[in-house]
Amino acid sequence: MGRRCAVIGIGQTKYMDRNLAVSHRGLIRDAANKALADAKMTWQDIDCIVIGKAPDTIEGVMMPELYLADALGAQGKPLFRVHTAGSVGGSTAIVGTKMVASGVHDRVLVIGWQKQSESQATWALSPRIPFQPPLTAGAGGFFAPHVRAYIRQSNAPDHIGIKVAYKDRKHALKNPYAHLHQPDLTLEAIKNSPMLWDPIRFGETCPSSDGACAMVIVSEKYADRSASPPAWIHGTAWRSEPTIMAGRDQVNPLGGRECAKDVYRQAGVTNPRKDFDCAEIYVPFSWFEPMWLENLGFAERGEGWKLTDKGATSLDEGGDIPWNCSGGVLSSNPIGASGTIRFAEAAMQVRGTAGEHQVEGAKLALGHAYGGGSQFFAMWVVGSKKP
Amino acid sequence: MSEAQSTEKKPVTYINTPVAVKYDYTAGKATSDFMRAVAQGKILGNRCPQCNRVYVPNFLVCVQCAVPMGEPFEVPDSGIVLTFCIVNIKFYDQVLEVPYVSAYVLLDGTDLPLMHLVQECNVNDVRMGMRVKAVWKEELSPSLESIRYFKPTGEPDAALETFKEYL
Repeated sequence: MGRRCAVIGIGQTKYMDRNLAVSHRGLIRDAANKALADAKMTWQDIDCIVIGKAPDTIEGVMMPELYLADALGAQGKPLFRVHTAGSVGGSTAIVGTKMVASGVHDRVLVIGWQKQSESQATWALSPRIPFQPPLTAGAGGFFAPHVRAYIRQSNAPDHIGIKVAYKDRKHALKNPYAHLHQPDLTLEAIKNSPMLWDPIRFGETCPSSDGACAMVIVSEKYADRSASPPAWIHGTAWRSEPTIMAGRDQVNPLGGRECAKDVYRQAGVTNPRKDFDCAEIYVPFSWFEPMWLENLGFAERGEGWKLTDKGATSLDEGGDIPWNCSGGVLSSNPIGASGTIRFAEAAMQVRGTAGEHQVEGAKLALGHAYGGGSQFFAMWVVGSKKP
Repeated sequence: MSEAQSTEKKPVTYINTPVAVKYDYTAGKATSDFMRAVAQGKILGNRCPQCNRVYVPNFLVCVQCAVPMGEPFEVPDSGIVLTFCIVNIKFYDQVLEVPYVSAYVLLDGTDLPLMHLVQECNVNDVRMGMRVKAVWKEELSPSLESIRYFKPTGEPDAALETFKEYL
């Protein structure tokens, strides 16, 4: 994949329902300052800035990149915005990586963010499509039929979706940045929560969050002399596929399968369940955990829910392949940042800086994001050792 | 808004400023042909000469094979519910009353489902594989809203094996 590169700085804001203390500028600057401090660098050290957030209607602020150059110290430096719907936070990290891997720049700052409180995402994701009945009802309305198809095809029991939500929110209690901290949450409470988009319950759905996540990605030369532990990037891959195509598999999308195959090949991963110590996977609705376990090759088709059921993906249950130790998208969802957070949390694990939700001795981790109608995929593999 | 309007004098920290956009939409040839047919109570599809799949609405080019599609022809207005969800969530500017069933309906002899409503039955009685038929409005227009909804026909459900490749 070109030159070796690594993450040496990570910064996150506290994810919350409505961050009234700061503007967009303040939000991203907060995350960026923390990432630079972690990397023991200053704004002057940065060569290039790559930013990403999900579609503008989600927060009603159009093209913020036009006025962010000042807040990002980007005067006289290249500033790019990446745009791949919900996977954007992951794609942004990959663009930053490629800037370094290709030899174009040595020190790149990547930032993903969203201030969902500034608009209404469900409204924004329910557009009136010309000549069509007004059926669309947010992201859940789009994904729920595919979740139903998964449940029917795999004969998974109802409690799997509940268990994923419970597991991820218990993980979130170990992550000070997580939006949802619900120490008293019970399986019963999730089960009894309203069916927003039957078969998806309120309790099985991600929150709407404000927040930003930044990373400093540098070339080998800078990583070698860094005072902060590096997370070496062992591979990156992205794929897209059409939303509308006869014969398209929306339960187990081809784009996701091929993206995984590509990034595993680069990183020398042959058995993802065995080779990875943990993974941060984009699971905005709880049933996507078993669906993606299959899509990413951690389980055979129709068998993903059994891993969840056995506790294999749970840090608290001592599972062999903990997923979303940070609490995942189910506990914090500033959409444009959510992919960056997955990539950053994977990097934190292999740097050994994940704090209370650290997987002991984690050496290799997968970061994953998807977006649109399951049509954009972005993944990276990070490790504690040089590739 | 509530903070700004409250009688206590507090600093304004948050205001609502709704936006609306009006735009012209160019449907293109395939969709124009499809919508003109819908205005006459017909649903058009067409077949890819390479993969043999039938697209509804008719497409100009096969998404999979990237070859020109065949001539459009009328397809039946009956089929099966592939999969669906029951929408219970309320949100700003919503048109339909909840709960409603948003379904992928695979018309007979076609390979790409349409998204539409299923009504004339309890939302909890809708099933994957259920046979349904279109109920048309009296006044037709070039919009899929000319179909009010799909209703169950009462015929036996299709078995999962017969439609799982479309999920």
